[in-house]
Amino acid sequence: MSLGLTRAQWLAVLAVLVALALLPLGLKRFGIYMLSLWCVFVVAGHGLNLTMGYAGQISLGHAAFFGIGAYASALLVQAGWSFWLALPAAGAICVAAGLVVGFPALRVQHHYLAFATLGFNVLAWLFFRNEEWLTGGNFGVRNITRPALFGRSLDGDLAFFYACLALMAAASYATAWLLATPWGRAFAALRDNPIRAESLGIDIRAYTLAAFALGALYAGVAGAFFAPLVGYIDPSPFHLTHSLAFMMAIIVGGAGRFFGPFLGIAVLILLPEWLRGISGGALTRIAQEWYLVGFGVLVMAMVVWCPGGLLGLAGRLRRRA
Amino acid sequence: MRTRAYAASLVLALAAAPAAAQQTVKLFSIVELSGPGTTAGTNFKNGVELAVKEVNAAGGILGRRIATETYDTQTNPQTAKALAQKAVDSEAFAVMGPVFSGSIMVSMAETRRAGVPNFTGGEAAGITLQGNPYVFRTSFSQATGMPKLANYLASGLKVKSVAIVWVNNDFGKGGRDQMTKELAARNIKVAADVSTDQGQVDFAAAVLRAKQANADALFVYLNEDESARILRELRKQGYDRPIVGETTIMGQKVIDLAGEAANGVRGHVGLTIDAPNPAIRAFGAKFEKEYNYKSDHNGIKGYFAVFALKAATEKAGKLDRKAVAQALKNACYKTAEHPGLLMDVCFDDKGDIDRESFLVEVKGGKQVVVETLPPLSKR
Amino acid sequence: MADLVQLLVSGCATGAVYALAAMGFVLLWQTSGTINFAQGEFVMLPAFAMLAGLALGLPLPLAFLASLVVAALVLGAAFKRVVVDPLVRAGVLPLVVATLGLSLAAKHAVRVGFSAEAQPFPQIFPEGVWNVLGVRVSAADVGTLLVAGALLAALHLFITRTLFGRSMQACAQNPDAARVLGIDVAGMILATFVINALLAACAALLVTPVWFARFDMGEAIGLKAFFAAIIGGFNQMRGALLGGILLGVLENLAAAYLSAQYKDGVALALFVLVILFRPEGLLGRAEERKV
Repeated sequence: MSLGLTRAQWLAVLAVLVALALLPLGLKRFGIYMLSLWCVFVVAGHGLNLTMGYAGQISLGHAAFFGIGAYASALLVQAGWSFWLALPAAGAICVAAGLVVGFPALRVQHHYLAFATLGFNVLAWLFFRNEEWLTGGNFGVRNITRPALFGRSLDGDLAFFYACLALMAAASYATAWLLATPWGRAFAALRDNPIRAESLGIDIRAYTLAAFALGALYAGVAGAFFAPLVGYIDPSPFHLTHSLAFMMAIIVGGAGRFFGPFLGIAVLILLPEWLRGISGGALTRIAQEWYLVGFGVLVMAMVVWCPGGLLGLAGRLRRRA
Repeated sequence: MRTRAYAASLVLALAAAPAAAQQTVKLFSIVELSGPGTTAGTNFKNGVELAVKEVNAAGGILGRRIATETYDTQTNPQTAKALAQKAVDSEAFAVMGPVFSGSIMVSMAETRRAGVPNFTGGEAAGITLQGNPYVFRTSFSQATGMPKLANYLASGLKVKSVAIVWVNNDFGKGGRDQMTKELAARNIKVAADVSTDQGQVDFAAAVLRAKQANADALFVYLNEDESARILRELRKQGYDRPIVGETTIMGQKVIDLAGEAANGVRGHVGLTIDAPNPAIRAFGAKFEKEYNYKSDHNGIKGYFAVFALKAATEKAGKLDRKAVAQALKNACYKTAEHPGLLMDVCFDDKGDIDRESFLVEVKGGKQVVVETLPPLSKR
Repeated sequence: MADLVQLLVSGCATGAVYALAAMGFVLLWQTSGTINFAQGEFVMLPAFAMLAGLALGLPLPLAFLASLVVAALVLGAAFKRVVVDPLVRAGVLPLVVATLGLSLAAKHAVRVGFSAEAQPFPQIFPEGVWNVLGVRVSAADVGTLLVAGALLAALHLFITRTLFGRSMQACAQNPDAARVLGIDVAGMILATFVINALLAACAALLVTPVWFARFDMGEAIGLKAFFAAIIGGFNQMRGALLGGILLGVLENLAAAYLSAQYKDGVALALFVLVILFRPEGLLGRAEERKV
């Protein structure tokens, strides 16, 4: 499958992958951890980008799907399942949840749908916190073990990073493939003009549901990796505020652009750490303190002046030059 | 191209950072500077910084200056864990914090793995029950504090039933579970068991349920802001039974926020700047001069942590993390030799501490110590 | 019975504040199709503006007036100019995202400037508490209800009885027809933004003594006001009032009689049900689908 890439472009992709694989060799545990986190979040970001960037359905509940995936895999593994069975199970549970959340699409339109997902996120969070018998409540799930693959333990930081990197590569490939199919094009038609799409014979409702289910699947799989990566989960990373952060990261990177999540998630989680690492000067401290302010302003600026996100901005600058 | 340039700069930045000089003792404060733990984390951090300033002015630890770095966990355990890794990567000599139990429970696995002494302000009983040789408390665990409060309820106030209002997070739930156990052991009935939310504003329902329970006393276990709000609501609804708490609700921040409604609250406090103890009073004055507000118990914890580290390092005689951790096991330190500790203190083999504590009451907008309780070992 | 009334009174006082903020949602939605996810920060910022005024030595009334002016200029006019105007043609969702960005920036700017700790705020009502047939009512409850009620009533009269208000309504219902009638549509829209900012500043004055000034105080109030507006009806002022009060009361009743742990879930369930089965809100009119 060429996915419309030339040979040179494939080589470039390969080179980037190799570079990413070599990157952690110069890093200590924290650096490797952050890169692993980036991989996992990019996978979730692909999902949101599909739902929001390509199919045009705003989901304000992405962190809840991420959480459902994380809890499902952690709890199933603790119940004695193999991680490699828990992973598809977590994905399946999230697809089901995505279908349920997308269900209002059969009744209501557009922004009301977005608000329903917001309500879903808050309810899911309450469930995570209150149902201590299942989720451990406030105390969370501790000592989540990392899996083994083909008899090799992935417990080491580097080994698990490669697992996360492989996941990211696979998810990215799947996304690219999906977008090249007629389904992918139908998503875009749905986003650009739903009424016209309908007149072209696209079943809007089915595709809206599919967009939610797919987004949830990505989030769930990412969540399933998040749990063993961190080794501990409690309700806090699955709060509504993190759904909003996810969404803003996608916007900043460039919604509806394949590389948007890579960049957006990097700006969200890697850039502040990188700033911290530069040196301890007063300027750095100010940059750290004001980081989230800058991020918020960036989000606003992107929406107002540059709907294509940073990637769109880069493209625009290149055309002008 | 862009990606690769970015990646290269990332490598440089992350790899270059820890190569700094070995001449200093590196201390990392990993504390709650935003999120629900803000008040606790900020106080703890300020206490640490005040102590570091004093230690450095007096020649440092074994002749080495202390260099501190502070990271914000956002009151999020996952972030705390990542930051602990970062501290370890940067060759921390010791880690101070986090203060919230949920965070230290997760982050201490990292300091343990690397063998870095880790002082915490967390009070959950579980922290020291994991056999971690590198974690040390700066205050009582809930397993020490709650029995003292339960004793006071049973023999001091002689109550037969108690209503509990707690905040539904790991701190509140942990304290509530512990207290429920202690009350049962003393044949005190829990007449109402009311959960509230972090950030909750309207406490009418919670107070009403406490009133309806008609218990002999009310035990309130909430974070600072919420403590202040419920005190106002209790005052409004005319709650007339004793209101007791463990440490937080008698804190200075709560008194500032609740105003007059805080008067009459009483309970057990492990640390308070109003203790009848000149060293603690002097600390309180220095802290207020430095930061323009009154320290709560978490400020004392941070201050104490630095001096405990100093005392143990001097006892070990070398800047060796393992030896320092050893020096804190089953050891007592006296203020006569280490005035910065503020009170004589003993660490046991698990990292729990034992020292004097106080029964206090809020009167006229101030914490007043009613009774000083001896260390458990002196009984 | 007295207990129930106790909960109702308290819930109404809390709900009245939700209603004030929710009213802003409705106003902006009606006239410009704006959903402002920074509404909570529009309450938080005037609170800190007042604190800054107090720190400069102004008495509270003057600090409040100053915050009204600042709110009208910054949260009203400038907000419309810089954020809303460029986006208003792009539809609802870009504005939602932009205001989320604004909310994040505003919160953290205040955090850097004022620290993340809660700041005490002077009481605006006297401390008195009355016992009315076993129900304990504080001056703050009564004052909050009265002030919020008076504000909403005045707003209602202003919009339904004055020429200016009617022009505003005309713009909301049919901007093109309004333009034909010679109404300054842009000016009217600007007026609603200013009114929204003023309402938010009033809400700040009412809630901050109880909620305390904290950089993230807007999160809860913004979300609750949003729920209230949806539940009541996004295109009805009465709807916002009903939604706010309903939310405040439901939270208390749920905490007292159902489950304290799920007290937020009750209002939320109502919110989701309304979206599913009556998206125009309990009191709202159905909107035609715009193409």
